[in-house]
Amino acid sequence: MPDGSRSTLPFHLHRFHGGLHLEDHKQESATRPLQTASLPGQLILRLKQHIGEPNEPRVAVGDRVLRGQKIADTPERVAAPLHAPSSGTVVAIEDRPVAHPSGKSDRCIVIEPDGLDEAIAFEPPDLERCSREDLLRLIREAGIVGLGGAVFPTAAKAETAAAHPIQTLIINGAECEPWITCDDLLMRSRPEAVIAGIRHLQRILEPAQTLIGIEDNKPEAIAAMQQALDEAALTDTRLVPIPTVYPSGGEKQLIKILTGHEVKSRHLAFEIGLLCQNVGTCAAISDALDRGQPLTHRIVTVTGTGVREPGNWVVPLGTPFEHLVELAGGFSVERPEPIMGGPMMGFEVRLDAGLVKAGNCLLILNRDHRPEEHECVRCGRCTDVCPAQLLPQQLYWYGRARQFDKAEEYHLFDCIECGCCAAVCPSHLPLVQLYRYAKSEIREQQRKSWKSDRARKRHEFREARIARQKAEEEERRRKKREALAKKKSTPAARPETELDPVQAALERVKARKAAQQVAPKNTDNLTPAQRRQIEEAEARRRKLKQGPDS
Amino acid sequence: MIILIAVLVLGFIAGSFGLLLGFAAIRYRVEGNPLVDQIDALLPQTQCGQCGYAGCRPYAEAIANGEAPINQCPPGGEQVIVALADLLGVEPEPLNEEHGEHKAVPMVAVIDENTCIGCTLCIQACPVDAILGAAKHMHTVIADECTGCELCIPPCPVDCITMEPLKQTLDDWKWEPPPLPGESFDDDDDEAPAHA
Ligand code: SF4
Ligand code: SF4
Ligand code: SF4
Repeated sequence: MPDGSRSTLPFHLHRFHGGLHLEDHKQESATRPLQTASLPGQLILRLKQHIGEPNEPRVAVGDRVLRGQKIADTPERVAAPLHAPSSGTVVAIEDRPVAHPSGKSDRCIVIEPDGLDEAIAFEPPDLERCSREDLLRLIREAGIVGLGGAVFPTAAKAETAAAHPIQTLIINGAECEPWITCDDLLMRSRPEAVIAGIRHLQRILEPAQTLIGIEDNKPEAIAAMQQALDEAALTDTRLVPIPTVYPSGGEKQLIKILTGHEVKSRHLAFEIGLLCQNVGTCAAISDALDRGQPLTHRIVTVTGTGVREPGNWVVPLGTPFEHLVELAGGFSVERPEPIMGGPMMGFEVRLDAGLVKAGNCLLILNRDHRPEEHECVRCGRCTDVCPAQLLPQQLYWYGRARQFDKAEEYHLFDCIECGCCAAVCPSHLPLVQLYRYAKSEIREQQRKSWKSDRARKRHEFREARIARQKAEEEERRRKKREALAKKKSTPAARPETELDPVQAALERVKARKAAQQVAPKNTDNLTPAQRRQIEEAEARRRKLKQGPDS
Repeated sequence: MIILIAVLVLGFIAGSFGLLLGFAAIRYRVEGNPLVDQIDALLPQTQCGQCGYAGCRPYAEAIANGEAPINQCPPGGEQVIVALADLLGVEPEPLNEEHGEHKAVPMVAVIDENTCIGCTLCIQACPVDAILGAAKHMHTVIADECTGCELCIPPCPVDCITMEPLKQTLDDWKWEPPPLPGESFDDDDDEAPAHA
């Protein structure tokens, strides 16, 4: 394949089905330079900020922590550790309201920053001597997850993908949702970090080509990235400005635009040799590998009609959203509606929740009256705009009739919740909410049936075991009876090997005890979480045994 | 003439499919009683015996044989009754409360580890081997495996087992159904405003 000179050739772009031209509202926040956020009074760090296995705290209440120190982790593979974003004291490890559509609480580590912002000594690794596995381990250790919003652990994603031949690495700088400009500001202010991260990914994945997709409403970001790309002289890497159509930043949509490939229903991109990474994730990879710094901060857009001075800030994770509102000059409306993410795919959050790795934008809108919803008029506009090529109207009818199996047949789980259908619906039906509701109902059904299948198997196993024990007992009794009968018939012929009766009784007791010790342990085929539970129980047990009665 | 040919051709096709199906039915016969399996698959597998049978499968067998009504499983509640009615093509009936009440929140057994004397009686009672322990050692329930059947509670000589609601994680959280025009969902409490 030819090298960098290729970038001057015209690039053939493809179109995805549907989509919308939305008012982009990027100017409000993108015209101000990137700022550094001040430290809040408390950092509220949700223990689990990623998709995958939960973290456990690695610090205790009262501990002093330094910036960059690991404060939570798990031995599981699909997970990402959490690091202290500033120096201070751990004042609580407890349930706090978190940035989640439920508005509910979850376990958080609460740090009171001391204002010194002291950091651990960051040691950049010796990259020359790192194998691919080393690089993946370092990325995991740095707590890096997909910063485009999916927050899937990056190392796990890359590791799975690296097992397949990756033809094209796709770097997502589309940032298609209205109002959000954090990736734009990142590409303008630190393009070289993004490019350095891409270089590391290329070393891990060895793709034949790399394509960077950026929507053409970000000319400054495109120019800055192109310059950094030229300076870095990456081979077979090309920046492709793409038309501004929502949702071009959806993974499957961007793949279609850049390569023409369609990722089939229930399939993943790497199965056809493709891998997508967000530009923010690339910069975080560079921070981890070139500077030895874990992910402790992220760029957040604070914007909307409801704040006075919209802009972008580099914010320590765990910063309460109300602090971000203050940074942006406070509310400018009476009834603000705070949303994490954009107007299309975001969800309402509580202002006392802390920033998480997924939090690209805090959007404050005016909580106006929603137009009243009417019954579906079967106009079919939703079908025209659906980028996943679904039949939103069918999904609506099946969803509201609670015929979830039908909804699944109509590929409910391919819905990316982009909100295009709801945006054009003349009846103002809350379609996306209905789909989210239907999906969560189906997921719960699946969990239930998984659990009952397990219970059935365990029950059957137990029945079989009891039957076997009964049969064995029966067999023993029969043998004993036979032996007894034999003994009676030939009382004189005592075998020489027989022990003296007292000794034999003692042996029997010993044997029975030994059997009792091992019999009731149901510890086969346990999940790691269960094993942990058991270990904890054993530990408590040991402690109790060491108590006064031992 | 054309009609005759058409009839013959169609007749031939129908006949050969019939043979094929007949052959398939013999060649790929399902072992066991598929109806019992289907019913058993719908039952919650709590194995609590509240239905009056020794477990879910015996109850499934009784239903399949027409010996038991479909409304005797309290853990399954309305959802299971409706699913069973669907499967069997009968009218759903309300749960027979004589067998117990349906609990909306899943419960798990918790052993007070300071009181437990390690008698192993609960281990013998648990239908799904969810209790871990050895003689004269404190016992513990593996919460993930516990079906909440409560069978371990009566045998405990020191009453150290209690039922507690299963701790829900945010990953298990469900979205509320949104308000829709016309008829609305009955369990529509608006505690979490969702945003599209
Ligand atoms: S929200 Fe789902 S159904 Fe609606 S347009 Fe987007 S992908 Fe299609
Ligand atoms: S009542 Fe208990 S044992 Fe009977 S079917 Fe329901 S869960 Fe199974
Ligand atoms: S631990 Fe108790 S309640 Fe849970 S499944 Fe076993 S016997 Fe039933």
